[in-house]
This record gives sequence, structure tokens and C-alpha cells, in this order.
Amino acid sequence: MSEHEVTLTINGESVTRSVEARTLLVHFIREDLSLTGTHIGCDTTSCGACTVLVCGKPVKSCTMFAVQADGAEVETIESVAVGGALHPLQEGFWEKHGLQCGYCTPGMIMTAKNFLANNPNPTEDEIRRGISGNLCRCTGYNKIVEAIQYAAEKIQADAGGE
Amino acid sequence: MIPGAFDYHSPRSLDEALSLLQQHAGDAKILAGGQSLIPAMRFRLAMPSILIDINRLDDLRYIEERGDHLAIGAMTLEHSLEDAAVVRSSYPLLHDTAVVIADPLVRNMATVGGNIAHADPANDHPGTMLAYDATVVAKGPKGERTIPIDDFFTGLFENAMGEDEILTEIRIPKPAANSGGAYTKFERKVGDYAISAAAVQLRLDGGTVAAARIGLTNVSAVPMRAKGAEAELVGKSISDAVIEAAGTAAAAECDPSPDLRGGVDYKRDITRVMVKRSIQQAVARAKGGK
Repeated sequence: MSEHEVTLTINGESVTRSVEARTLLVHFIREDLSLTGTHIGCDTTSCGACTVLVCGKPVKSCTMFAVQADGAEVETIESVAVGGALHPLQEGFWEKHGLQCGYCTPGMIMTAKNFLANNPNPTEDEIRRGISGNLCRCTGYNKIVEAIQYAAEKIQADAGGE
Repeated sequence: MIPGAFDYHSPRSLDEALSLLQQHAGDAKILAGGQSLIPAMRFRLAMPSILIDINRLDDLRYIEERGDHLAIGAMTLEHSLEDAAVVRSSYPLLHDTAVVIADPLVRNMATVGGNIAHADPANDHPGTMLAYDATVVAKGPKGERTIPIDDFFTGLFENAMGEDEILTEIRIPKPAANSGGAYTKFERKVGDYAISAAAVQLRLDGGTVAAARIGLTNVSAVPMRAKGAEAELVGKSISDAVIEAAGTAAAAECDPSPDLRGGVDYKRDITRVMVKRSIQQAVARAKGGK
């Protein structure tokens, strides 16, 4: 069983840790780095609760080894609010009641963040396809879609106001 | 769930990967996108003692037409297929397939080569590559060789490559004029395996089917072609009756297992419908439609 020194950037900060090869990225984030905003839902690569951005792309952190992220930039939900101000997505989930139990929310927001970066003005159908790798068992998704639409409008309005 | 312990290697070149594989033949598994292997390791269905991670081999990520074929590097992400202009414009069967594989998050990690090498009849690429009459390129200590897709899938999770070989490329023949293809998948929800799916690639000569290949997903222990259904099409003038006969033949020749997605009769009938829909779409595309 091999042990590896891993250096990666997590939410803008460089960290170096020694990890067992079999350590999953989600366990590394939650247990070694104590960032517990990233959730473990199904443990079967189905639900997307563990979604984080690796080099900007949303992936399921339960289906990647921490050692594979050596040299990568990783972003978790803890990076989203800047200086205590909610991100438009977080504000959207608040305003539009995009969560009930909240378990899927960190993964939903990380997926939506990348999605809106690539598609700032999406249709409802595109949003539904975009979040189709993230499961929610409470909301029936309608409120999540509205939250993402809210964020898309807010981000565009903010950009237009500059 | 935590995978069993293993030694991890992250080679920086294909040659380094091949020499590691040769050194540890029989004990080592190649880690491509990991979206099938890592779940299997978490369940301890797979417990390799050595993993050779080839995700740093960026030389194996490309999608480009070369001569008479489309060459796809084994480590090409599924997501890259969705976005590639050449796939959208000239390989509609492949594009249909790429957008229904697993879910968008998995497609950011999963690779074309991994999907095929895994030789899982529930995966979407095997049926599509069978329909395309693709060729697999494998590299080992003795050099490179090509394996026709018809000879590639040898069993459930088994393929024709040696333990010391790595899948490096998939080649899809450039479709001739008046060709069309389509993939139709029936799934309970995004991210699940197909209940059944059908890949069809055909060529028309006037109103007659000059050539046709059909691959099926998740209705057999080994990825299969629906040769009976193909025979119902080739040489025939396309009509509703001919398409129905092909669907019926596919339903009869497939060999699904009952599971939570449905019983055998249900899956056979879904296969009939998937084959029909794919043929209809392939014909429409062969005639110049989208």
C-alpha cells in the first residue's frame, strides 16, 4: 500500500499532505482538511452530493483518489461566498427556497457554478440537463431550477452594472 | 466505503505505463476515468493490488479525422465528444451516445477508452462501436496492433487485449455518402444503465438499405450485434414493415436478464422499440435530416 505526498490548491490555498493511495478525494477534503461542506450521499457515484470543482470542472469527489488531484486546483462550497457575502447562487437558493433538507445543496451549487460559467443565459431545459447528475429528494427540482435562473439573472445584471 | 489497499503509479508517458504494466502483469489494473473501476473498488468487487493511473497521458486525448477514419485517443473524455464539432457534424450516432452516457459529472472524468476496455454490455459505447464497425488500437511490449471491434468483446468484462497491453485509440470509419446513424436509449433516469438501447449505422442506395450494422446495449452478457435485425434490413427497400421486422428480429435474438429494470419479455419489447426508433432516425439522417 503506497503513501504519497500530495500538494494541491484548495479554495485558493496551497496544502501538502501525505495520503494513502486509496484515500478518496471526498474523504481527504472532509477528514484531512476538515472542510465538511462537501457531503457524502450515496457512495455509489449516483447522487452528486460530493461534487467539487477540480481545475474548474465539476466531478464526483467520491469517485476520484486524492492522489489524483496532486497539482490540481480544487474548489468546494466553502469557497463560494466571498468575504461573507453570499454568491448569487446561494442567494438564489435562499430567495427561491431551493432547498429543504439541504443535503444536496453544496453539490448542486458547485455544479451550477460551472454550468453558469459556461452558459450564462440558459433555458430551463438546459438547466435541468445541467444538474441531471445531482439528485435532490426533497424539492422536486422546480425550486432549484428557479434558484439557478435567479442566479443567472443576478450575475448578468451585476456584470451589466459595472 | 473505502477501497482495499493498493500501490499507486502515475506514469508520465505511455512507454512508462507499458513497462509498469509488464513489470506487474496480472496484478495491475489500468485506471482511466475510474467511473466504473473506483465504484467497483469501493464495493470491493475489484481489489487490484496495483493501480497504474494513465490520466496524466494527455497525448492520448484527441478527436480528429485522419485519412479514412475518425481517430479518438483512449483518454478522451466523454464530455469532449459532446463538444467536438466533427462529432456533431459527421458522427451523429456517436454524438447521440455521448450525451446519454451516465450523467454530466461522470462525463467530466469518464473516458472513451475506459468505457470500451471495461467491456461491460451495459455501457453505451460497445453497441455504438459495434454499429460503426470500429477498430481498437492496443499497444504492448511487442508493439501496436489493431483489433476489429467484432473480435474485441470476448466475455462479460473481458476483452481481446493481453494483460500487458493498453488500449490507446479507437478508429471509426468515415461514413460513406448517404449514411446515417442513431442511438436510442431507454433508461429509468439519467445516470442509470439502459433498460435497453440500440445503435444503428446504415447506408442507403436510393430507397434501399445497402449496408446496416446494429449494436445493442444491456440485453446480453457480452456486447452484441443484432445480426438478425441487420439481415432484415440489408437489400430491402425501407418501409414500416421492414423496420418492424428488424425490431422483431432484434427482440428475438437479444438475451436480456431480468433485474430491477424489468423482466425478460419487457426488455425484449423495449429492444424492439429502440431498434425501430434508431432505424427511423438513421434513415432520416441518411436522407439529409438532423
